[in-house]
This record gives sequence, C-alpha cells and structure tokens, in this order.
Amino acid sequence: MVLEHVDGKNRGTVMLYALSTCGWCAKTKDLLRELGIAFDYTYVDLLDGEEQNKAMDQVEKFNPSGSFPTLVIDNRKSIVGFREREIREAFGT
Amino acid sequence: MSPVEISEGDIDRAYASLKKDAAEGGYRITPDTEFARNLIRGLLKNEVRYGYRACPCRLASGKKDEDLDIVCPCDYRDADIEDHGACYCALYVNEEIAEGRRKVSPVPERRPPRSQRGTPGARAVQTVSAGATVLGGLPLPVWRCRVCGYLCAREQPPGICPVCKAKKDRFERFI
Ligand code: SF4
Repeated sequence: MVLEHVDGKNRGTVMLYALSTCGWCAKTKDLLRELGIAFDYTYVDLLDGEEQNKAMDQVEKFNPSGSFPTLVIDNRKSIVGFREREIREAFGT
Repeated sequence: MSPVEISEGDIDRAYASLKKDAAEGGYRITPDTEFARNLIRGLLKNEVRYGYRACPCRLASGKKDEDLDIVCPCDYRDADIEDHGACYCALYVNEEIAEGRRKVSPVPERRPPRSQRGTPGARAVQTVSAGATVLGGLPLPVWRCRVCGYLCAREQPPGICPVCKAKKDRFERFI
C-alpha cells in the first residue's frame, strides 16, 4: 500500500484512510497538520485493484460502513468522518 | 492510477451549471465556495477516470451499474438533506445551512456497505414483484426516479427526470 508520511509530533501510530477527491478527507488532513501530529495517509481511490481491496478490508475492520475519512489511532481507536472535536480530544489538544 | 488534473475554467463552468440546476430543482448548494469547488473538482476527476460523476466522497468501483446509486446527485441526497441538513458530501444543503444560520456536521453514511449492497438489478426486481402482487393489471408500468422520487406511468421511463434531471438509468420500475 502506498503510504504518504507527514512529519510531526509522535502520538502513536496515526493512519488516515482517505479519498483524493473527498472534501471531509481534505479537512481531516488539514486538521492533523494543524495539530502538528505525525501521521500516514493513503488515498484508497488511487490504489490498484488488489491493494485497494486490502485497504478496504482494513477500513472495514475499524469502520464497517467502509466510509471515508477513517482515522485509525494505534490500531485500536477509530474516528469516522471529520469530527473535529473528537480528533482534537484524541490528541489532547 | 495517476492523478487527474482539472482546470479552474472547467470547475467554473461545472459550478455555474450545477448551481443553475440546483436552483431550478429547488435545491441549495453549500455557501462555502471553496469547499464546493473542491467537490466539483472531485466530480470532474471522477468523470474523467470512471466515465461518470461518481460521488467524490465515496469509493467508486469504476463499474457504472454498481455505482449508479452514487452518481451525483446520488440516491441518498434527499434523505440526507432531510435528516442531516446536507448530503453526504455537504455539496447540497438545506436552506438553514445555505443561509449560514446553521453549520454542517458530519453526515453518517447511508449507503449500505460493500458486503450488503446487492446489484441494482436485484433491487429493481424486488420492487417489481412487491408492487405487482398488490397492483397487478395496471395498463402501464410505473417508474420511479431513485434520485428524487418522481413517479410516472408510461411504457419507458423518460430520458431525463423532469424534476431533478437525473438520467433514464436512474429510474426503477416501481409498480
Ligand atoms: S449529492 Fe452529495 S453525497 Fe450525493 S453524490 Fe452528490 S455530492 Fe456526493
């Protein structure tokens, strides 16, 4: 899977599953940058067949509706959609 | 898949025509112009890479018959505007949000997940048999626009929905 890394403060493993065309995904990414958190993201729509399927399996594991953005923190906690307050709280800001 | 670039001019034109169609159909577009333009860029990108304007906030399969429900405006727009004040992407909003009296909050996904989707064909067949038992013997079939709910009794659905401008392939046999 193609992961893009954004540097910042280490707050555990922060993985953002996003679509390259989605407005709320872009807002979520901007918020994470604003918070200065280190994270990885992938644009699932730009992945090819098998890779895309694998990424969707991951997304659905945390978010059965398979929607975007899905933010996964430490492989445990997930935040679905651009929930600004929840995202800020998750990183204690 | 390599990223597709869309020009600002293309976005201008698509934005203008979308606004016009929305106004004519009684719909409102988000007052956040930059957000709207980004979504429209997404719609145009999808048109280039898939051949149809799949919802920018959902993962399209690239197979049109599987994605018909999420060709913009999607089958879920009206219900989401009704329940949440905005469509899933928040491109279309209700009056309160359009006039800045209320903010958009995240809209939960209404589309069934991959595993529960079934084919559009299967859904249409179900609708026909359910209706047929109750109202068999009608002289003409009744077609329903999946986008806006418009109904008409005729041999074939219209080429374009007179209410919301959805294309013929968005109609299902209702009765
Ligand atoms: S109506 Fe809204 S949610 Fe539906 S496809 Fe269009 S932009 Fe996406």
